[in-house]
Amino acid sequence: MTVDAMNPSGKSRSTGSLLNDPNVRGIAYQILTMVLLVLFIYWVSANTIENLKRANIASGYGFLNGRAGFDLGQSLVPYTSDSTYGRALYVGFLNTLLVAVTGIITATIIGFIVGIGRLSNNWLIAKLSLVYVEVFRNIPPLLVIFFWYSGVLAVLPQPRESLALPFDMYVNNRGLAFPKPVFDAGSQFIFYALVIGIVAAFLVSRYANRRQMATGERLPVLWVNLALIFGLPLLAYLATGMPISFDIPVAGKFNLTGGSVVGPEFLSLFLALSFYTASFIAEIVRAGIRGVSKGQTEAAGALGIRPGLTTRLVIVPQAMRIIIPPLTSQYLNLTKNSSLAIAIGYADLVAVGGTILNQTGQSVEVVSIWLIVYLSLSLITSVFMNWFNARMALVER
Amino acid sequence: MTSQSYIRSEMLGPTSPPISESGAFFWLKQNLFATPKDTVLTLIGLLALGWFLPPMINWLFIDAAWTGGGRGVCATVAQGGSQPEGWSGACWAFVGAKLDQFAFGRYPVDERWRPMLVAVLFVLLLAPMLIPKVPYKGINAILLFLVLPVVSFFLLVGGVFGLEHVETALWGGLMVTLILSFVGIVVSLPLGILLALGRRSKMPVIRILCTAFIEIVRGIPLITVLFMASVMLPLFMPPGMTVDKFLRALIGVSLFASAYMAEVVRGGLQAIPKGQSEGADSLGLSYWQKMRLIVLPQALKLVIPGIVNTFIGMFKDTSLVSIISMFDLLGIVRLNFSDANWASPVTPLTGLVFAGFIFWLFCFGMSRYSGFMERVLDRGHKQ
Repeated sequence: MTVDAMNPSGKSRSTGSLLNDPNVRGIAYQILTMVLLVLFIYWVSANTIENLKRANIASGYGFLNGRAGFDLGQSLVPYTSDSTYGRALYVGFLNTLLVAVTGIITATIIGFIVGIGRLSNNWLIAKLSLVYVEVFRNIPPLLVIFFWYSGVLAVLPQPRESLALPFDMYVNNRGLAFPKPVFDAGSQFIFYALVIGIVAAFLVSRYANRRQMATGERLPVLWVNLALIFGLPLLAYLATGMPISFDIPVAGKFNLTGGSVVGPEFLSLFLALSFYTASFIAEIVRAGIRGVSKGQTEAAGALGIRPGLTTRLVIVPQAMRIIIPPLTSQYLNLTKNSSLAIAIGYADLVAVGGTILNQTGQSVEVVSIWLIVYLSLSLITSVFMNWFNARMALVER
Repeated sequence: MTSQSYIRSEMLGPTSPPISESGAFFWLKQNLFATPKDTVLTLIGLLALGWFLPPMINWLFIDAAWTGGGRGVCATVAQGGSQPEGWSGACWAFVGAKLDQFAFGRYPVDERWRPMLVAVLFVLLLAPMLIPKVPYKGINAILLFLVLPVVSFFLLVGGVFGLEHVETALWGGLMVTLILSFVGIVVSLPLGILLALGRRSKMPVIRILCTAFIEIVRGIPLITVLFMASVMLPLFMPPGMTVDKFLRALIGVSLFASAYMAEVVRGGLQAIPKGQSEGADSLGLSYWQKMRLIVLPQALKLVIPGIVNTFIGMFKDTSLVSIISMFDLLGIVRLNFSDANWASPVTPLTGLVFAGFIFWLFCFGMSRYSGFMERVLDRGHKQ
């Protein structure tokens, strides 16, 4: 009203208010951004098409059916140099998953040990853990990979002078040889027993929880579950007449024969990623446990709960709520860092893609495959995170 | 009343605590052997140290070859050198001989005063910036973040003022690592702030664009970003136009870091109560005034640890450019493994330990400084 009174002339008022209206200006900015973006994309794609035409590269994903013509050091599924590019990328993807999953398991174990060690009352253990964290956190992972690859594993002895490790394992400059389990007839029952054991353990925990809620009595869930998960397969193993045997590597005159071998590429990547990520996980674990206020422990003590049970029932569930979100992002980081495989020639998704890119020049397509795979991995992770956070939020007051 | 025979006229000094409650013995009992479990842990720790530390010290210092002019001092007799059979130790002579290369790469020897001058200028400007008590922070920041990059560019590239032109392909070593990370920091902080503001903007188009950029870049590994920068950037340019390889890596690293920086800054922005922003609105400040004077100073202060962590991450990530065949510190160290004059079984490990130590020194320094700044800037907001 006041503005109208101060601006009697209609025309100048409308332009003035239009220029100063935040909504109108916002829409104008957005239209401007859109136009610039469209122009930029048009310019880039025109250039790309022109460049591709000059280099005689046909765009599209048809090249995936072409013959790859290169060998891969390690593959979980049958693969020869006559396989297609698509198959090679699939092998690379599986290799990425393999190193990511094994790395995540090891990093979590080391990380939790070191993280709890940092909170230990024992001065020596706390300092050792601190040194571990400060050393590995401040060194590039790529350097750690090279440290294992060209510093340690490359200078191990030749295959005929392999170093013997416990459990019939041997290590030499071509990798680690270990006994390969051979599954004879009847061994599927062991697998079935394992599945039944896990399902039964799950049901037992649910029953025990419900019972505790109703009566307050706590059953010895841990021991029952351990017996179910490990005991059942063991029983099945004995009942079916021990169908699993081991193909043990034997040191021959020039080389090792038998057993399974993992190459130094996988080993160095796996070790480096585990040690590097473990230092971050240790800090997360420490922060999580420190994040549970001291009053919780004291309250549990006042209720007469034993120290061991306090840790299990009061501290850990609350600490996990703080730990798990950053922990998943570290898992994702480890998965992304596994792309450093390309530096030492471990055939992961990026390394295989890089080879294909050099051979065919299909850079746009290869990069788009990388983007899709890694983005879906991180999308899955964030979906899980949102689900987890929502679930945890219910527990909160 | 009988007079008291003795009255003490001065105070007794405090007696020292009983031996069981003080001194080295007490400390040991309290910190290492408090419970049987503790004792076992201590023994395990001591065993691990005893197994690990002496061989390491031996390898690094005692058995190491400190001087020498070639691979002979670092190889055993069987490998064609002068060391006894079974010898293994660090080959510091190799690092000593290659130190210049590790610092400057293949930068022409006669022109090396130029990167050195840049380094001196950098230290002279950075040191007063880092010490909180030194005044004139504003001028200092302008000199460091705006003037120094321009001056360094002309000094390092040359081609003007009678300076010889030096190709970026000749650059290498620690110089490249530091340039990449410094430019990455200078670019990524403002870009990250803009992206974070964009992600919280009320304009849907801007918000969606910024969110998409941040999430895509954060979802993929740096190495694919570098591949994109080195393989796809030339495709995007008009035919015949080329972008310098060094510049491509710079663009890749900076864009990657800004996405992470944006998320850190967004965390800080979210932590600022809405009342601050509303208060600024009621004072009639414009959007940019509000951000510059009210919101960002508080938000950035909150997330200093996160910002420094991003810097540290970026500093470590610069080592990845060695994969797209550029010779940063790690790249140049690896390049020298194949030098026939120095090739021996211990050379790679020595070079990597050296490079690792340099990286560690910078990263550890940064994280220590961030802890220091946190304490200085702490205005008592902490709960």
